[in-house]
Amino acid sequence: MGKRIGMEVAIAVAEAVGLCDIDMAAVYPITPQSHIAEHLSDLVANGEIDAEFVTVESEHSAMSAVIGASGAGARAFTATSSQGLMLMHELLPIASAMRLPICMAIANRAVSGPLNILNDHTDIMPQRDCGWIALFVENGQEAIDLSIQAFKIAEHKDVMLPVCVNIDGFQLTHMVEPFEMPSKEEVDKFLPPFVPHATLHPAKPVTMGAFAMSDYFTEIMKAKDEALKSSKKVILEVWDEWAKLFGRSYKPVETYKADDADVLMLTMGSMGETAQMAIDELRAKGVKAGLVKLRMWRPFPFEEIKAAIKNAKKLIVTDRAITFGGPGGPVFAEIKSAMCTETQRPLIYNYIYGLGGRDVPVGDFVGMFEKVLADTENKAVGTYEFWGVRE
Amino acid sequence: MSLKTWKELPIGCVVSDPGSASEYHTGSWRSQRPTWDNAKCIKCGICYIYCPEGCVQQTEDGFFQADLDYCKGCGICAHECWPRAIKMEEE
Amino acid sequence: MIEVRWHGRGGQGAVTSVELLAVSAIAAGKYAQGFPSFGPERRGAPVAAFTRIDDKKINVRSGIYKPDVVLVLDSSLIGLVNVTEGLKPDGKLIVNTHKTPEEIRKALNYTGTLAIVDGTGIARKEMGVPIANTTMIGALLKVIGVMELDAMKDAIEHRFGRIAQKNLNAMKRAYDEIKIYN
Ligand code: SF4
Ligand code: SF4
Repeated sequence: MGKRIGMEVAIAVAEAVGLCDIDMAAVYPITPQSHIAEHLSDLVANGEIDAEFVTVESEHSAMSAVIGASGAGARAFTATSSQGLMLMHELLPIASAMRLPICMAIANRAVSGPLNILNDHTDIMPQRDCGWIALFVENGQEAIDLSIQAFKIAEHKDVMLPVCVNIDGFQLTHMVEPFEMPSKEEVDKFLPPFVPHATLHPAKPVTMGAFAMSDYFTEIMKAKDEALKSSKKVILEVWDEWAKLFGRSYKPVETYKADDADVLMLTMGSMGETAQMAIDELRAKGVKAGLVKLRMWRPFPFEEIKAAIKNAKKLIVTDRAITFGGPGGPVFAEIKSAMCTETQRPLIYNYIYGLGGRDVPVGDFVGMFEKVLADTENKAVGTYEFWGVRE
Repeated sequence: MSLKTWKELPIGCVVSDPGSASEYHTGSWRSQRPTWDNAKCIKCGICYIYCPEGCVQQTEDGFFQADLDYCKGCGICAHECWPRAIKMEEE
Repeated sequence: MIEVRWHGRGGQGAVTSVELLAVSAIAAGKYAQGFPSFGPERRGAPVAAFTRIDDKKINVRSGIYKPDVVLVLDSSLIGLVNVTEGLKPDGKLIVNTHKTPEEIRKALNYTGTLAIVDGTGIARKEMGVPIANTTMIGALLKVIGVMELDAMKDAIEHRFGRIAQKNLNAMKRAYDEIKIYN
């Protein structure tokens, strides 16, 4: 069992990646991700890990460099935030189409404008359809664990897809907190060497990222969709193995006091633990409240979500991004689409909150429950609201 | 050639047989062909360099000709040849 | 759970102190969080930093609005920043100052528990620099008493290497010299 230590989460993520025998990293610093870039480059410069750290002049180049390295057969890592992720955007679907198992840590931060460096999910949501596996973490321990698991998931022969681990900027990255750091030996036991599906090598020339016309494009998109969907099986296997080795279990959807709950809240990311305290407060007052936490965003865990929420009377979906001029938050849209064919389903509400780093204390979560419970005529069902917005 | 189904595609659509592009005969696109007048040719090699198909080859006597399996008739060689040694002729 | 808000200026080491304190508390078997006030870092600008320490797992991740303790690293912030904002009625205010408790009470219109030490004076004598962030950890531990001063040793040594002992000496002096006025 790893030693229990206190450390800043961003530094710990770099340490965890440093345990994974990466061959190269190309990371361009950007707040609040920078400590990952800085610490990883320290580890390389100090000779603590045997890897290339490619200094690049932009995130577009960082993503290009890891695509090239991964294509050459290297275990490659990058990390970014916000505008950096937006700059990478053009390359993200290419990495997944080429089936390159790149791993990326995203210190989630609001996208400009206006310029804002604080946390929400408006950076990852525009990347939703790029064909990457996207996982969310709730605390420092999960950030470390998933950063290591990401390589095993990505590089599994039945997956071969890039993985991004979403770590709320500041709320998680800048927090000094306790966790267990696996040892190098434990990680070595868990993570086999990377066996690429193809490599760029003069001895066996191949073409990667070739051109395809309408006669093949549809088949290629279908193959990518199937690959992403079937990655769920591997993710679950990896999580099972992790639980056996490290005693910490992971599920696509976690629940807290949800079994007998009349009203549920759904969160994704670091808000989960604070929301949990609101559940305790409400339970103490006799309200049958419960919490559902979504960890797996892509592939989307339809079956697990349906099972977790179908018995509740009301469900509050919380979102940290908005699809402007659309149905509300992106998570809300997904949950609605998951439930539209179900005969038994809760009345669904949507609150968009915590944008650009706005703090959401326990009392606000309680307030959301109270507001939904007070809607006895179900007038706000299916609508969305910016929580706490000044009118 | 029958088209593959989505299940038959290699992972990441990697093309693993080198030089397979040579199976594709771009010469079938051609509606006009370049012809060389070696009396005007000064063997500068510009046609060889500019041909986008890479199908212009030098012969043993130092003059140039196109491999018509791949020459698509774009006329770039004729356009670039400044002594006007190359003419495009209708197929 | 004890919640502490630190007030300092960018460059005075408030963030370093909350980190060292959290790391040490965790090493001593506690649960702790240390975090800055999120945003751009600018030298000289007023900054806040936060500490939570508990015996059980800490779930809350929102900001600290009702601290049990407020620690002011730089008394020139008094009047500039509302340092007692949200301080619990039975909370404690710790100020690094060479002023008298009466002067501080008057400046802040504050009647609660007040603890005062000349941390900057101690830092200057023990370390030769007027930076009191580690010194004031000693003052804080005397007031909140959640763990022994010795628990700081490893983290301070790891961070400061050959000047660690000077930091530890300054910390000990602040621990011994701080005066608490109820
Ligand atoms: S460009 Fe014209 S002159 Fe030059 S080598 Fe070709 S044909 Fe001859
Ligand atoms: S016509 Fe075009 S393709 Fe043919 S030889 Fe000239 S440049 Fe090459």
